[in-house]
Amino acid sequence: MTYKTDLPVMLPMKRREAEPFLSLKMWYILPIALLAILGPNLVVAQSTPESQSPIAVLLNWAPLLLKGFIFNLVISVSAMALGTFVGAILGLGQISLFAPTRHSSWFVTQFFRNAPWLVLLFFAMFLLPFEINLFGFKIPFPDWFKAILGLSLPVMANVSEIVRGAVRSLPSGQWEAAESLAYTRLQTLWLIILPQCVKRMLPPWMNLYSILTMATVLASIVGVNEVMTLTGQALASEGGRPDLLAPFYGFVLLLFFIYCYPIAKFTVWLETKYAVIS
Amino acid sequence: MSWTPADPMVSLKNVHKSFGDLKVLNGVSLDVMKGDVICIIGPSGSGKSTLIRCVNALNDIQQGSILVEGQEVNDPKLDKLELRKKVGMVFQQYNLFPHKTALQNVMMAPIRVLKQDKAQAEETARGLIKKVRLEGKENAYPGELSGGQQQRVAIARSLAMRPDVILFDEVTAALDPETVGEVLQTIKDLAEDGMTCILVTHEMAFAREVADHIYFTDRGVIVEHGPPETFFQNAQDPRTKEFLSQIL
Ligand SMILES: Nc1ncnc2c1ncn2[C@@H]1O[C@H](COP(=O)(O)OP(=O)(O)OP(=O)(O)O)[C@@H](O)[C@H]1O
Ligand SMILES: [Mg+2]
Repeated sequence: MTYKTDLPVMLPMKRREAEPFLSLKMWYILPIALLAILGPNLVVAQSTPESQSPIAVLLNWAPLLLKGFIFNLVISVSAMALGTFVGAILGLGQISLFAPTRHSSWFVTQFFRNAPWLVLLFFAMFLLPFEINLFGFKIPFPDWFKAILGLSLPVMANVSEIVRGAVRSLPSGQWEAAESLAYTRLQTLWLIILPQCVKRMLPPWMNLYSILTMATVLASIVGVNEVMTLTGQALASEGGRPDLLAPFYGFVLLLFFIYCYPIAKFTVWLETKYAVIS
Repeated sequence: MSWTPADPMVSLKNVHKSFGDLKVLNGVSLDVMKGDVICIIGPSGSGKSTLIRCVNALNDIQQGSILVEGQEVNDPKLDKLELRKKVGMVFQQYNLFPHKTALQNVMMAPIRVLKQDKAQAEETARGLIKKVRLEGKENAYPGELSGGQQQRVAIARSLAMRPDVILFDEVTAALDPETVGEVLQTIKDLAEDGMTCILVTHEMAFAREVADHIYFTDRGVIVEHGPPETFFQNAQDPRTKEFLSQIL
């Protein structure tokens, strides 16, 4: 299964292992995170007896941090849903027979695909009003909502490329067979081309989702109350104890790992499964 | 002047086609009567596929006229869908829809394109699958069928649209030698039923047996044509003679 694209997100996961750190596996993050969480406890045990051990402090804060993490997931799922919906339309626009549609879809895709995610996030944050007036109703635009919009832009552009790449990767014989059976172009897309593309789009789409989930921490920079922001606040209210840094950020690392690793595994499994079939 | 069955079903006059600077068809003319089976033979790259793909407007032409039942194909206002309901096509690579079963492949277009009743379309489709001798394979996916079986499903799929003429583009060229026979038999059955067929083929023995008329093309022109007996035994043009001596 090959996609005609230079988009890293669309390359199969497996290929990433064939890079300089040949033996580095994704799950190694697990012991690193655990070491970060547990390590400082061993040191602290001998130092100041009156203060709580880092692990105890972490446990106090864990429910709040977990809530923040769930907010990250809400942002990621919403941005993914929105980005996928608009991106799918944009991707179909890229294969339109109507040249102006094709060219403008291509331009929008390339524009947002080649912009840093953080810049797009800032754009959404500072260019969108905090509320809009719609027929006399004031609809508020909270920060988290703007973060979703901002993150959905690169998702949209990448989904657009995934759709275009998947449609292009089908043999032209499928189009010709459908044409010679007098299907309309819309029927051909809907009944014949897209159903075959779903399988091809799923792995890169899930890779994209993993990347998006990890990118939701960018929202902390613009002040959304997600897990990184909360971690920073927790550390501050504990008086900035340096021995807490590693356990707290290790915990955040662990949360993302527990969530993203199964997705990555599942993606690889899907890829091998479909590679065998097609 | 309206078309009657006494007129040619497909009529090409002075057809010119080029891809960019490459001239592929240089003035091809031929007539196909209803119920005729014609075979087009010729060396690789001589424009055979291009020629038949022009008939159902998969390729457009730059000059000349193609009439299908009196309807001009070389016309910007052509209703391609209406044309393709009349002209079926079977490809070298079968091009079945891999996500649909054999039965679905056959009955999908009648339901979606011709808006036939579902139950009736399914009954017809089952009949066609039986006709191409694939009873029991209705629920198999293309990937589970041999090349010859897939090609017969493709023929059934084309027949389900009740076309007036079917185009076959080297439909046995990608098959194992053992399965070539079963596909040729299916086409022979069609020919005997009176289906109008335009075939591009390299199977000379088959062409000789089923064809009413044989056309030999080279470099985008029809060099020589005639009924099989005269064509194979009495070829006049040196290019035809050379081609036949290589292939027979
Ligand atoms: N879509 C296309 N774009 C550009 N050139 C093409 C295209 N299709 C065919 N050609 C060229 O047109 C010429 C005739 O091709 P065509 O497929 O009609 O030959 P053919 O007689 O069917 O050959 P074969 O026996 O190998 O199938 C070839 O030189 C081919 O490279
Ligand atoms: Mg050919």
